[in-house]
Amino acid sequence: MISLTRICREFTVGDERVAALRDVDLEIGSGEYVAVMGPSGSGKSTLLNMIGLLDRPDSGSYLLEGEDMTSLSGSQQAALRRHKIGFVFQFFHLVPRMSAAENVELPMILAGIDSGERRRRVGETLEAFGIGNRARHRPDQLSGGQRQRVAIARAVIMQPRVLLADEPTGNLDRVSGGEVIDILEDLNRSGITLIMVTHDPELGKRAGRRIRMVDGRIESDS
Amino acid sequence: MHLRDVISFGIRASFGYPARTLLMLLAMAISVGSVVILSSLGEGARQYVLGQFSSLGTNLIIILPGRSETVGGPPPLLGVTPRDLTLEDALALTRSSAIRHVAPIVVGAAPVSAGVRERETSVLGSTPALFPIRQLEMARGRFLPEGDPSRAAAVCVLGYEIKTELFGTSPAVGETVRIGDRRFRVIGVLADKGESVGMDMGDIVIVPVAAAQALFNTSSLFRIMVEASGRDAIERAKTTIAAIIRERHDGEDDITIITQDAILATFDKIFVALTLTVAGIAAISLAVAGILIMNVMLIAVSQRRSEVGLLKAIGAPGGRIMALFLAESAILSLIGAAQGLILAAAGTWLIGRIFPDFPLSMPLWALAAAVGVALTTGLVFGVLPARRAARLDPVQSLSRR
Repeated sequence: MISLTRICREFTVGDERVAALRDVDLEIGSGEYVAVMGPSGSGKSTLLNMIGLLDRPDSGSYLLEGEDMTSLSGSQQAALRRHKIGFVFQFFHLVPRMSAAENVELPMILAGIDSGERRRRVGETLEAFGIGNRARHRPDQLSGGQRQRVAIARAVIMQPRVLLADEPTGNLDRVSGGEVIDILEDLNRSGITLIMVTHDPELGKRAGRRIRMVDGRIESDS
Repeated sequence: MHLRDVISFGIRASFGYPARTLLMLLAMAISVGSVVILSSLGEGARQYVLGQFSSLGTNLIIILPGRSETVGGPPPLLGVTPRDLTLEDALALTRSSAIRHVAPIVVGAAPVSAGVRERETSVLGSTPALFPIRQLEMARGRFLPEGDPSRAAAVCVLGYEIKTELFGTSPAVGETVRIGDRRFRVIGVLADKGESVGMDMGDIVIVPVAAAQALFNTSSLFRIMVEASGRDAIERAKTTIAAIIRERHDGEDDITIITQDAILATFDKIFVALTLTVAGIAAISLAVAGILIMNVMLIAVSQRRSEVGLLKAIGAPGGRIMALFLAESAILSLIGAAQGLILAAAGTWLIGRIFPDFPLSMPLWALAAAVGVALTTGLVFGVLPARRAARLDPVQSLSRR
């Protein structure tokens, strides 16, 4: 469902031009569980942002479910992010002034879903992730693991096809990190395509497919 | 995204950062408040002056002897020496159907005494027609009697103040006062109407016009006050008066005719200009508030970079983010404007307490304008920050914690 062909992306840092992605070719099927690994600066996050339509390639083509993404306008890409793609970040990126429930509700507000329907789905999802009793709490009143679960609930509330996780356990202790990974893997088993950037080789081993990146190229894919 | 959700998002965001919100509200409230208070003051001053002139009487025409005009030749000291206006001139005017009342007026100062008390005061000679023209009211007794205006009856009507000074609280009607070297019987006392432009009707003694002429040893009139029979009759009355006097003065146009409307219109213009000037000065404070809003919103955008990045990541297009930030500054401006109106109401109440005589009216247009301008200011000065938010690069905004 995801098809990248000869994707290149360069950044200008100071006077230098740094290639973050060099001629990356990648096919990911529906329902796959992919771990993207590699040293810092190897282009893992850039690859993830590219797939998540937060960044545009300088050259190459990107097909999502057979549709060409590179020719879409900004608002068309935004609509796809709204409906087909979910993001989970290392630093959660919850809106600090909103309660857990309000954070989860946010994508549905942007999509223009009615408030009754919103409330029902937020309740169900928080309950399913075991944080139903924390719905009224603000992020600073939640533990790291709880915050990440709220963030995952927000990422999947629109029932996307692809879930992109950038170091989802990077800021968590071992126990809560494990719980978060269990949730992500459960979601993957129920059909969502999971692409996860990680430093942790333990986590990499659990994935069905491991991609190792070095210097903007895919070094190994197994 | 529903409009309701945009608004509630804006309100929540405002309450999420109370210090910033308070600052913006304060700036908006002060500037809106000052716009409303200052234009209320200007409007109040206008109405005060208009009210004063209206209390002279309605549909009033004043005839002065002499003519102010620009003519060639050496400037005359006080206009070419005019023919005096006489009592007969005044009586001749009553012929016109455009004229309802004619009051000839003679004014002078004379000592007025009752018993041992004496006061130097204005003495005004006129006819009973003065009563309706100046819209006078009696406190006691009656006004000058009808009858031949050329008969110098020895009766007088006292203003409220002079009555109190001469007689204290004891009744004056029926008593005798001495004006100059003549004795007059008091037949009435005017009601206390306060001061009105041109003449203090409290500190005055009114006598029949012929009596005043005898008292001041003159045969001319100070001026003639005429009440036209209606607002639309004023122009007709003016031409008629000019024609009648010209005929009586051997074809010379040697009088000046002033209408109350002309005076009112002039003052009205002056005060509208004044109000607009003052409101314009206050509007500068609105602009300052606008710049503060821009500043604070710019800070808000950089404070909320990661929130903006997140909104983009979960599918908000740039236009939506711009709308959200604009809605936020519009909401803050409106709340600020509402508080400014409360401030203005409190301010005008306070001024009303300190200066009870001054008619303070908060003009409706000022309220509407203040709120409208506040909203416009919020939106105009909110555009730059909102655009900056909409253009943030999501990857960079999310890369920091």
